[in-house]
Amino acid sequence: MSRGMRVHIDWTRCDGHGACAELLPELLATDEWGYPQSRSGERDPLVPAELERYAHRARNACPLQALRLVP
Amino acid sequence: MDEALWALGRGTGVVALVCFTLTMVLGIMGCGGRNALGVGRFGLNELHRTAALTGVGLIAVHVGSLMFDPYAQLSVVDAVVPFLGDYRPLWQGLGTLAVDLLLVVTVVSLLRDRVGPRVFRAVHLLTYLMWPVALAHAVGNGTDNTSAWMIGLAAGCVLAVALAVGWRLSPAFVGRGRVRVERRLGT
Repeated sequence: MSRGMRVHIDWTRCDGHGACAELLPELLATDEWGYPQSRSGERDPLVPAELERYAHRARNACPLQALRLVP
Repeated sequence: MDEALWALGRGTGVVALVCFTLTMVLGIMGCGGRNALGVGRFGLNELHRTAALTGVGLIAVHVGSLMFDPYAQLSVVDAVVPFLGDYRPLWQGLGTLAVDLLLVVTVVSLLRDRVGPRVFRAVHLLTYLMWPVALAHAVGNGTDNTSAWMIGLAAGCVLAVALAVGWRLSPAFVGRGRVRVERRLGT
């Protein structure tokens, strides 16, 4: 059923706390300022099924609710 | 059975105070996005949340048990409207006030997705009012307040939060801005 979700960062909210990159190191690195950076270069990286659990945790862990999971 | 409810009411109140003290300290430590305790930014946040919700559960038992306790005989009105109680109305009222604040903070926090980060943060600041009010209630209303262990515990809680707030306000607190500069310089 799941057709794959994507990680979307709302840059108007993100302040580089870095919780998302801690929970999703496979998808997100942090740049030198601490802001998340997609490892694949895709703007909204696709979440593999086995990482969906961590994607939800990363979404909840963002103190500024800047990380969204989009279809 | 009467003794059991009385003991449960007092015990859960004391442990809830410890939980909320821990919640305050973890919340203050986590702000600024640092990896304190080596559990990561997210770990600190999850501990903060777990400690807070544990405290909420304990307070539910605290209030509930004292409603059924024939000694305390807390009424439903006293559990919601402060300063109307028969026994030490001021100190009991502070507890009721703290429960009301706790209710607001908990509900808004659980609805974070709906209210957004600004309201979430603003309402969260109420905890800086709630915690001292709850502490005053524990010390002033608690029937153990003359025993050394309770005084020691309350003093320990005050010290823990005071140290955390002091550190947060001190120049030694490194905000994300400076962390970024250090990171860029590779230090």
